[in-house]
Amino acid sequence: MATPTTARNGVSAAAPAAVRPPAPGKDSTRTFTIVTTVVLVVFAVIWLIPSLYALKASLSSNATAALGAGEVIASTSPTLASYTTLLASGDIWNWYLSSFLTSAVTTVLTVLFASMAGYALSRLRFRGRNLVFLLMLLGIMVPPQVLVVPIFQMLDAASLLNTYWAVIFPQVPAVIAVFVFKQFFDGLPKELEEAARIDGAGYWRIYRQVVMPLSKPVIAAMAIVTFVGVWNNLILPLFVVSNPELMTIPVGLATVQGSFGQRYADIQASAILGALPLVVLFLIFQRRIIEGVAGTGLKG
Amino acid sequence: MTSITAAPAPSATTPQQAPRARRTDAKAGWLFVAPFAFFYLLFLIAPTIYMIVSSFFNTSLVQGGLGSFAGFANYAEMFGREDFWSSMWHTLQFTIYTTPPLVVLSFVIAVLANRVQRGQWFFRLAFFLPYVLPSATISLIWVYIFTPDTGLWPWLEQLVGLSPTAVLADPSLAMVGIAIATIWWTIGFNFVLYLAGLQDIPRELYEAAATDGATPWQQIRFITIPLLGRTTTLLVLLQIIASLKIFDQVYLMTQGGPGISTQVALTLIANVGFTDNRIGAASAASVLLFIVIIVIAVARQLMERRSERSA
Repeated sequence: MATPTTARNGVSAAAPAAVRPPAPGKDSTRTFTIVTTVVLVVFAVIWLIPSLYALKASLSSNATAALGAGEVIASTSPTLASYTTLLASGDIWNWYLSSFLTSAVTTVLTVLFASMAGYALSRLRFRGRNLVFLLMLLGIMVPPQVLVVPIFQMLDAASLLNTYWAVIFPQVPAVIAVFVFKQFFDGLPKELEEAARIDGAGYWRIYRQVVMPLSKPVIAAMAIVTFVGVWNNLILPLFVVSNPELMTIPVGLATVQGSFGQRYADIQASAILGALPLVVLFLIFQRRIIEGVAGTGLKG
Repeated sequence: MTSITAAPAPSATTPQQAPRARRTDAKAGWLFVAPFAFFYLLFLIAPTIYMIVSSFFNTSLVQGGLGSFAGFANYAEMFGREDFWSSMWHTLQFTIYTTPPLVVLSFVIAVLANRVQRGQWFFRLAFFLPYVLPSATISLIWVYIFTPDTGLWPWLEQLVGLSPTAVLADPSLAMVGIAIATIWWTIGFNFVLYLAGLQDIPRELYEAAATDGATPWQQIRFITIPLLGRTTTLLVLLQIIASLKIFDQVYLMTQGGPGISTQVALTLIANVGFTDNRIGAASAASVLLFIVIIVIAVARQLMERRSERSA
């Protein structure tokens, strides 16, 4: 990711390691740095153990995994048996499809609608603008998790239960995205727009051809954060979808524990398969994901 | 309402062009806001209002409509229910178990990572990657680690000479198990916010302190900790709000058990609503939880605004 980050969102982890001028008091500082590194590496290794252990277990046979942790760690014959079983069964493909469709559609709708609203709130002076703004500020405090019962009833009344729309629609109004877009648009120079307006461009054209192309970094960050958020959402799809074919990854994984019993290797393989697309996404878009998460301040 | 809407008087436009520009602005403004507003009203505002209204009725899932009027009976019932208070207590318990480690540990890790210039990608991977994983994956991994007899946790306990524990099956330990999984899962978020805060501290401060002979420890104590105070307050408030909404880990790891020893606010609401089919009572509990969350969210907004003003 060679794109430079903005100063505000320039999370240090993302910034290239700056060369620090050698500080005075060399010896104690050097010892401190060594101690620092050792402690940090120990922490990091502890943090990696659960994932690595799950990976190791998923590559064992169910029989080995049932014997216990010692056997899982000691086993030297990795097998892909659990993965091939799961991928052959078809359930996981249904879950992938549901998660992918709902996440992708929600992301497109959220990014499009939130950026449009953010553009209006940032750039257009209209009657009722402050009222809209105030309502949005209130909405930012409403935790969607608390609304799961009334949303269930509304979807039921609209006969939308057990459809992808039941998972998509309630997740479209992510108010925080409007504010992130508005804040970004506030920082764009007005001259570009004015030039376009003199050339006779309407608002829609300015939004589409001037503002949006300049907003690629924030669009990317919002898109990824939304995608990851919808992919990982458990509580909404858990209650509004009961048809196994429409289950998303988290809901599907929630059924694994019960139905797989003691097939520990299979369970860990499904945990890893469920997370795999996100791991890939993370490895590709590390910086954007970290910026997006830090920028929106969203915490599970 | 009109007094609010009339407030923004654009001072930049000249009087002659103002009316026309404003009229087209108005139409475009509403058109641009409309699609988002549609979903916003339908799936955020409407359910909120419906939740508040139905909390005063004997609404149930089995029959349509709101049902008979109940007044404050649902609220009175909740205040009188032992499992309501225990679920509130468990939520608080979870907050107490997770907040200090999540703040202190992430601070330590961020300060260390900020000093170590090499291998940043490795630390990001180790600490932040779990945060993007689905709660379902986290839960499957940790339930497996905590499995009595065959799990990694009892195995490690035995390795260091402790007697192995059945963490998730023990009413006094189950919440600790959920807390450990949560700390592992979400520390990356705090880590990243602290790193961002550390970036904002001018390096000159450290250089000046070092010239005056301050040890690294003194620099951390007298420069880093005070200057990250704002981030710390923010993280504590965010953690409290997140804790009030905890559902996934509990549902997936213990289903609220053993007994109801890990039942939290949202699992109680889901049980009352979907298992007992009592929407009205579930709504009353939701409203109560909602009020607590709003109070903390408002506190957060006020604090952010104040620190922005002073910054």
